[in-house]
Amino acid sequence: MKKAKWVVPTIYIIFLMLPIYWLLNMSFKTTTEIINTYTLWPQEFTLDNYKKIFTDSTWYTGYLNSIYYVVMNTVISVAAALPAAYAFSRYKFLGDKHLFFWLLTNRMAPPAVFALPFFQFYSSVNLFDTHVAVALSHCLFNIPLAVWILEGFMSSVPKELDETAYVDGYSFWRFFFKIFIPTITAGIGITMFFCFMFSWVELLLAKTLTAVAAKPIAATMTRTASTSGYELGLLAAAGSLTIIPGAIVIYFVRNYIAKGFALGRV
Amino acid sequence: MNKTVNQKAWFFVIPVFVLVAFNAIIPLMTVVNYAFQETFGNNVFMWEGTRWFKQIMLSERFHASLGRQFLFTFIILFIQIPLGIGIALTMPKEGIGVPVCLVLMSMPLLIPWNVVGAMWNIFALPDIGFLGHSLNALGFDYNFTQQIGDAWFTTILMDVWHWTSLVVLLSYAGLRSIQPAYYQAAEIDGASRWAIFTKIELPKMKKVLTIAILLRFMDSFMIYTEPFVLTGGGPGNATAFLSIDLVKMALGQFDLGPAAAMSLIYFFIVLLVCWVFYTLMMRNEEKS
Repeated sequence: MKKAKWVVPTIYIIFLMLPIYWLLNMSFKTTTEIINTYTLWPQEFTLDNYKKIFTDSTWYTGYLNSIYYVVMNTVISVAAALPAAYAFSRYKFLGDKHLFFWLLTNRMAPPAVFALPFFQFYSSVNLFDTHVAVALSHCLFNIPLAVWILEGFMSSVPKELDETAYVDGYSFWRFFFKIFIPTITAGIGITMFFCFMFSWVELLLAKTLTAVAAKPIAATMTRTASTSGYELGLLAAAGSLTIIPGAIVIYFVRNYIAKGFALGRV
Repeated sequence: MNKTVNQKAWFFVIPVFVLVAFNAIIPLMTVVNYAFQETFGNNVFMWEGTRWFKQIMLSERFHASLGRQFLFTFIILFIQIPLGIGIALTMPKEGIGVPVCLVLMSMPLLIPWNVVGAMWNIFALPDIGFLGHSLNALGFDYNFTQQIGDAWFTTILMDVWHWTSLVVLLSYAGLRSIQPAYYQAAEIDGASRWAIFTKIELPKMKKVLTIAILLRFMDSFMIYTEPFVLTGGGPGNATAFLSIDLVKMALGQFDLGPAAAMSLIYFFIVLLVCWVFYTLMMRNEEKS
């Protein structure tokens, strides 16, 4: 019985890894090998696809652009959400419940609905094709999510903590930064993980709001696929590289994921 | 927690309110503008009233894509939720297995959506893809670019691959929050495995499962990039879900009026379902 328990997660992980392996496999093949033969691993192992991405600036700036706006968005979302989540978890105020639901509705809005108006709106305020535009537009779904998660974490911190600090003569902001924020680091970690994740994987808005200067890597990929024929190896290499930032983030928050969820909304 | 009434708390909420309103209200007003008017560019508008709404509500194209959307969402919820719970139940509870499982299982969640589509495209191609090649070698006549059933099968399998881990992570966190005392009590009472699951684990997971269902409903209802890259909505319109159809109408054909009306109807459906869910969730929270 004990041994059999490993079977299900193992099969599931193999299922998850198969397409990823296939992508990696393709990225180390030459174009002729991909088109002409079906092979389970590369016969002529090549790094040319990766070399091309690291030397061609249209490719590697795509990565830098993506990372730039994702980090910007994560910082803005968490910074704005912290005080708001504190307000929702500690106080009652006029319209609090409605405001909370209104925030959540923005997480529910299909990006396809907003693509065209966003394009017009950000063009009219001269932010089209900037990193700020993408970072701000991703706030649409990341801020509600950040408030939602952080509010859960903050509600699990007993109110006595606040009261004791005030009795000890702490001012509000000193309490907030010196005591409160360190208590909910796990929650902030999880929130940053989710903000990073949803901003990193989103493409529709990022693609709509950029042309050249801030073009994300994902958009570079789709445009290459349609213009320069179907260079599968190159595409696979670019795809494989997009997995890395995510994998690094997961590695850093791996301990928070289980612990963090358990403290928060659960 | 008992909250104190404090109207000054609004000051804490202002940054969030401004940022989201900036992104939500102004563009939404643009959509409303288009939904009730006809435009030929150059900022010339003519009032059309509810004409576009009537047109969309009566159009067979909209009914078809709405039907496909609901079918898709129900199928993936039906697979992902039980599967996610099942995997979470069998995951190791301590030791090196925990971070290994968590890290590997989270991988699909952090891959950009168009890469997911491209990856599955390469994986499922009948000639050079592992999945397509294997299925054909086993004697199935599989080709997702030409056969409707295969296109659906591949899209659903891709979504299961992509998102089941979210349900697993949430369920796992829910299971971890159960005190060992509950299990000890169950053991003393000689409860069966099934009884432990239905009487202890499931009620304790109720809250996370609601979040999981809510998130999965919202996201699968808005799905765009992955099927767009994988199948392009085809063969024909077989996998053209609501967002794909909407973008086609708005940016492809530039039918801004009907597209805007469709956007509002679309948004309203998501809002309605989520409101029902949210109200139920809040009621549960107040009870406990």
